[in-house]
Amino acid sequence: MSAADPAGPQADRIWDLGLLFITLGSVVYAVVIGFLLYALWQGGRRVESVGGPAVEHGLTQWVAGAIVVTTVLLLGLLVANLAVGRATAEFAQPGALTIRVTGHQWWWEIEYADPEPSRRVVTANEIHIPVGRQVRVEVSSRDVIHSFWVPNLHGKLDLTPGYRASTVLRADRPGVYHGRCAEFCGLQHARMDFRVIAESPGRFAAWYEGQLRPGRAPATTLEQQGQQVFLSRGCVLCHTVRGSAAGSRVGPDLTHLASRGTIAAGTLPNTRGHLAGWVLDPQSIKPGVLMPPNQLAANELRALLAYLQSLN
Amino acid sequence: MVTIEDALTEQPLDPGEREKLERTWQPCPGFRGWLTSVDHKSVGKRYVATAFLFFLLGGLEASAIRLQLARPENRLLDPDQYNQIFTMHGTTMMFLFGVPVVLASATYLIPLMVGTRNISYPRLNAFGYWVYLIGGLFLYSGFILNTGPDSGWFSYVPLAGPEYSPGKRMDVWAQTVTFTEIAAIIAGIELIVTILKQRAPGMSLHRMPLYVWAILVTSFVVLFAMPSVALASQMLAFDRLVGTHFFNPAEGGDPFLWQHLFWFFGHPEVYIMFLPAAGFASEIIPVFARRKMFGHTAVVLALVATGFISFGLWVHHMFATGLPQLSQSFFTAASLMIAIPSGVQVFCWIATLWAGRPRFDTPLLFVLGFIALFVLGGITGVMVGSVPFDQQVHDTYFVVAHLHYVQVGAFVFPLFAAFYFWFPKVTGRMLSERAGKWNFWLFFLGVNITFFPMHFLGMMGMTRRIYTYLPETGWGDLNLLATAGAMLIAASVVVFLGNIAWSLRRGGLAGENPWDAHTLEWATSSPPPPYNFTHLPVVEGLYPVWERSAERPVVTGLSAERREILVTTVLDAEPDSRHENPGPSIWPLLSALPVGVTFIGGIFTPWAFVIGPALMLPALIGWGWPQAIPPDDRSIEEVAA
Ligand code: HEM
Ligand SMILES: [Cu+2]
Repeated sequence: MSAADPAGPQADRIWDLGLLFITLGSVVYAVVIGFLLYALWQGGRRVESVGGPAVEHGLTQWVAGAIVVTTVLLLGLLVANLAVGRATAEFAQPGALTIRVTGHQWWWEIEYADPEPSRRVVTANEIHIPVGRQVRVEVSSRDVIHSFWVPNLHGKLDLTPGYRASTVLRADRPGVYHGRCAEFCGLQHARMDFRVIAESPGRFAAWYEGQLRPGRAPATTLEQQGQQVFLSRGCVLCHTVRGSAAGSRVGPDLTHLASRGTIAAGTLPNTRGHLAGWVLDPQSIKPGVLMPPNQLAANELRALLAYLQSLN
Repeated sequence: MVTIEDALTEQPLDPGEREKLERTWQPCPGFRGWLTSVDHKSVGKRYVATAFLFFLLGGLEASAIRLQLARPENRLLDPDQYNQIFTMHGTTMMFLFGVPVVLASATYLIPLMVGTRNISYPRLNAFGYWVYLIGGLFLYSGFILNTGPDSGWFSYVPLAGPEYSPGKRMDVWAQTVTFTEIAAIIAGIELIVTILKQRAPGMSLHRMPLYVWAILVTSFVVLFAMPSVALASQMLAFDRLVGTHFFNPAEGGDPFLWQHLFWFFGHPEVYIMFLPAAGFASEIIPVFARRKMFGHTAVVLALVATGFISFGLWVHHMFATGLPQLSQSFFTAASLMIAIPSGVQVFCWIATLWAGRPRFDTPLLFVLGFIALFVLGGITGVMVGSVPFDQQVHDTYFVVAHLHYVQVGAFVFPLFAAFYFWFPKVTGRMLSERAGKWNFWLFFLGVNITFFPMHFLGMMGMTRRIYTYLPETGWGDLNLLATAGAMLIAASVVVFLGNIAWSLRRGGLAGENPWDAHTLEWATSSPPPPYNFTHLPVVEGLYPVWERSAERPVVTGLSAERREILVTTVLDAEPDSRHENPGPSIWPLLSALPVGVTFIGGIFTPWAFVIGPALMLPALIGWGWPQAIPPDDRSIEEVAA
């Protein structure tokens, strides 16, 4: 995760601009400090201050020259900067994939738009995109202001409640790119990450088809018991598992939970142990999180975990 | 170059005149004197000391932040404590230290520098200090009672609004800001009037010292910027306490309104801190380069230009909100343009040193450190002024690095320079040079080790205002380095405190003008008497002490029996009239208390808005009660210069 390792055209242009800034800035810094040090060195050896019209005239010329150079450099940077601004703000071309990202305290709701309602995919905290295809990201927020940022792909865009904004990105090489919330959004702002998984169009299509399916029906008695726990305990009040009776959208959609790499917005790897700890006591892992603790007997927990891990 | 002796004692003195002045201007004795003082020097000193105390508290909070972030997944602070502490750090540094210390030091220095006996509206000045003190104590009482604000010093809505920040925490924030605004606006007004109407005869505008120019511009910026945040913080208080919906998107309110109002103040605020700091540098450099400042007029123009342009930049704090392309271009251009007047000043400082004979005492060291840090902060400032680049680094540690290079480098460093420079004037004793050099080098190294690595952290994706991070991020080592740097800064501040404690008792005696400096405050004793000058000086050049003629004219004829000050014309500083400056009074304090009752009580009950003003009324009557003073009918012509 780094702005200095671009994987898409926007991040690439911006990083070029950054390199220009850094190079020019270093040169300017070295020159100014060089002059300062030289001034101190030669002044420190002097016994008498120098003055008089000739000296003042000479200084005036130097200072005026420095101001002209500064102005020219700034104008040059302004032009470079507007050019990059334009290039990164290009509009989505036809055929772009549209993804709606909604910020919540402290997780990301992801919805893939499709004219046909039955082909919309809803997931959380993990965005799959096909390499090489433009992706239009439309953002908004359900509560406070958040900011969507994937350093390897593009700059930030704020998610402001009551407003919609959008940006376009594209990944040019496959990989897992980390993203984070960049606007302070309360207690767990630090743990509001997501991942962008850029993969070949074929793998993306396969993933997409998988996500379109309703949640897997329980195959074993243990999983069946697990589903019962899910539906009879608090879980159902906030979460959705499509194809079951759970349909609330307060918390992340869990229909394909097992297909995701992390839980709790990038806080923990999605393993059985972490899942168990999370379900029992999310507050100790992510204090303040809007999910209450659950008291489960050992066999209930075992069943629930079996069910959750079957949701691939 | 003139060497300094006491010009004033050479003047024929009406015998006993000094005693009369002494009697007229002396403060009330003892503790009562402390509560009733309206002398700009005693109010200024305690104002600076209070602001400095808040700097120390802000520094403790910064240390807590750095300790927490030293390692990934550190558990020193929980997220709730962390959010309160970083909010307190920002709020303290900006509202209780930054702006107040600027105005406080100006309150002390400006009347001396322009050659007058006291600040204009001295009771209002005392009132402003009390209001500020109440605000600061209020914020910290809240913090101690676990009601410290926790939505950041910028308090973005709707997070800071009633729905997402229930409880009293953000009310405490909103009202603290209100107190500071009142105090700042008051100080701004007094300083403008003092500068424009009380300059010693002969100090026409083009002979005005650069620091005085800087404060004049700053005070105007205060007057135009502060109302914006005053409005915003009151609207927030209304949303929270009365149930209005200015900022609630669900009811047609607008979160962007907050951002515009806040940054319309917030960006100029940076220049409220920087301009006076640049003014310090422009006073100190000629003294230690032992020659006149190069490019006086250019620097004045640069100060004025910065004041104006500072109001055209606020949107660069909002580049990630998805603004239209056109307005982005405008604000980018303005953000780059402000580098030009800053450049002008830096070049003029270097030119002055170039043609001078620099003497490397501690004040100059701090100024040189300032230039080195400020130029770097300026360059990263140009970077974040660029929309696309800012969209990458906005709200990351890159910006934390940038803002601290500017705020610590270009504000705290000149302030320390000023402290070393004027301490002898204020206390009569020199600070230790040896400790001063330790103080400087530890600070300079510390700042670079703390903040330089943060540029990289930002580009590596480390966002701001996070209480922890995962080990996999790879940010651990640079963070540890930054924390080590912060400990060096802390050590340097300890050296500084030790230096003050030691020098107050044992420091060498300063005498009138230990640095061979050129402004008027160096033409009176150290510390100055309550009436500042036995005879008001008459100014004969841009460098009044260096350019004094053999005759050394002074103003005679101001009454020594009353607190008379000379009012002069705005442009040419020709004597215009005499004005009676009020004496010690308890009413400023008694009027500040009801202000406290109103705003602090207001977060608990709307009745406070009735009770507070009701208490205010008698205080104001006491304040305004006419005093029987026999008229003095001499015309201004009789006051000879
Ligand atoms: C001298 C040592 C200082 C250190 C070590 C320090 C350290 C820090 C750190 C690490 C942060 C980031 C906190 C976060 O994002 O979670 C921060 C934020 C900040 N600092 Fe400092 N700081 C220092 C001095 C100052 C000074 C002198 C000022 C202003 C005059 C200042 C103003 C701020 C502001 C405005 C913020 C932003 C707070 C926010 O995000 O709401 N700091 N500081
Ligand atoms: Cu967020």
